[in-house]
Amino acid sequence: MKKIMHPYDITHETDMVEPLDYNRQSRLKDVDRSFKAEITNIIRLTDMEKLFQIRMVDDNDWQRFTFLPGQFVMLELPGYGEIPISFSSSPTIKSTIELCIRKTGKVTEALHRAKRGGIVGLRGPFGTYFPMEQMKGHNILLIAGGLGLAPLRAPISYVIENRADFQNVNILYGARDPSNLLFDYQYEQWNRIDDITLQVIVENPNKAWTGPVGMITKLLDDVTVPPDQTYAIVCGPPIMFKFVCNRLNAMGIPMQRMFVSLERRMHCGMGKCCRCNIGSSYTCIDGPVFDFWTVMNLKEAI
Amino acid sequence: MLYKTIDKEDLKNLIDVHLHDVECIGPRQVGTNAKGRPLYQFLPVSSFDDMDLDYDTTEYSAKTYFLPYKEVLSTFHFDDSGWTQDITYRKHPRIIVGLHRCDINGLVKLDKVFAKEFHPNPYYLSRRGNTLIIGIGCHKHCEGGFCSSIGSDSVTHGFDLFLTDIGDRYFVKVGSDRGFNALNKINVRDISDEDRNQYLSNRNNFESSFKKTVKVENLPNLLDIEFESEVWKKWGDKCMSCGSCAMVCPTCYCYGVTENLSMDFKKSEKTKQLYSCNLYDFAQVAGGHNFRPARETRLKYRYYHQHRGFVETFGQPMCVGCNRCSRVCLAGINPTEVIRDIQMEHGR
Repeated sequence: MKKIMHPYDITHETDMVEPLDYNRQSRLKDVDRSFKAEITNIIRLTDMEKLFQIRMVDDNDWQRFTFLPGQFVMLELPGYGEIPISFSSSPTIKSTIELCIRKTGKVTEALHRAKRGGIVGLRGPFGTYFPMEQMKGHNILLIAGGLGLAPLRAPISYVIENRADFQNVNILYGARDPSNLLFDYQYEQWNRIDDITLQVIVENPNKAWTGPVGMITKLLDDVTVPPDQTYAIVCGPPIMFKFVCNRLNAMGIPMQRMFVSLERRMHCGMGKCCRCNIGSSYTCIDGPVFDFWTVMNLKEAI
Repeated sequence: MLYKTIDKEDLKNLIDVHLHDVECIGPRQVGTNAKGRPLYQFLPVSSFDDMDLDYDTTEYSAKTYFLPYKEVLSTFHFDDSGWTQDITYRKHPRIIVGLHRCDINGLVKLDKVFAKEFHPNPYYLSRRGNTLIIGIGCHKHCEGGFCSSIGSDSVTHGFDLFLTDIGDRYFVKVGSDRGFNALNKINVRDISDEDRNQYLSNRNNFESSFKKTVKVENLPNLLDIEFESEVWKKWGDKCMSCGSCAMVCPTCYCYGVTENLSMDFKKSEKTKQLYSCNLYDFAQVAGGHNFRPARETRLKYRYYHQHRGFVETFGQPMCVGCNRCSRVCLAGINPTEVIRDIQMEHGR
């Protein structure tokens, strides 16, 4: 007798979009597949943060892997868990991706014990990005507080590599105390580039500190930019970008030209688990990069 | 859509004959509550007579057959050479008989999230693709149900067959080719004028007995305006943050993922577990910061997502008005009362 129902095997389905992209529907059967990637180098930044250089093991997968500054990747540590991490490097560097990771939870603590050659998993990239194309031809304010320099380093690198496309660039960075400063070995290099100005401020200086002291907004006192020709990217804790963005707004920069990156707990990265929901938006698919006007309209965002 | 009629006896034959090769789920009475009301659940059946298709409502929704409370997403195997990841999807067909309109509408809403948005979900799709859904129209108003207020008292798709009781036979809406082929195994007739009239009169009776009890059209706007309302504090103080409402809800789909290492360190299962936005650590991030530490903000968020966030994305509320969350709530929080309270706040 004929059966009432036939088994349906989704693995016989073909992928939906060619060529395979990593970000959208194409990998129907692989939404939970973590692509193997090797930790090729580990750079110690502070006591709490390390920079991991990572590259996919399979060359074909690696060739197809592209991302944009501001996006994030789900980093899998088999046996421990999966965490969302923003890219800290520019997409134009084809040899590795760089992820700056603070030791703060179960997965990141395990990751900080990992050694070169360790194999982790990557899923993604996911999320929205800083509209670097749209920013071309304008002045750029890149403002970071604390760990916010990790995601901000992607647009910083992008701007440096495409220096001719942008007008004046101001990088402002604030940290709690000098020992918290990330990527301090690169400040000199950034500052020497034509028309890129880097200023660093700390709240609690030590004896060796000779730079400015105070909150990040203090650095804005000395910044004069034509507001109608300026874009801003602000990364940091919500309280920090709220003050900074209100200040930028007072300077006359349109709110839709200020971009912030929000952080929430994520379990899927694909708008399914709802954990990163803010108001009625998902940080993983509507964000993590939002313009400040959108953020102002999100309930509970700041 | 195609319409057919079948004898009631033939439905029984259809199920009983195929029970040996396909799992069948249906509404079964599992006990009675303190007031003597029979309690039903969707459970596997071994014969058609195990089911009671005359049931009013089930305590849990049938969501669990599409989004299990716990589901292994993938398994990591460890050996000396490193790790490998195994992913398997459901391949076994099954039939679910007796879903009411609210539950089918719940599935249609889940389809929007898991089947149609970008990043379609293969775990859900393989379960959906392996499940034949035979729905049935309810004719008794279940306790507190407000489906007609929210527009889920009619169903146009999301099922394979949908039955309406018209005396000694069923009026059948055929929703898919699978459903059509299933019908071919029994005596099936084209509908007569009498069948049609009987169906329409049943439908009229049903519509006139299901009154609108709450207005939801203004909620997307109201929830935004009343975000800081004292009403949330009032209901939040009652809420025990147990998450029962999300467990029984036909559409609540949020989840958490954990990895569970085996005792011999040979494998680790990446497990998805349904969660609830009312649980304390729902929005807690690494480092310990909690974006919604207060009960009232978590309770508010559930309404905000159902009646504003989902409406913004999909043009309809996520709630189907089955009232299961109210029946299961330990603190007696009733969604229609919360909604009316918010609307009262507005009128004041």
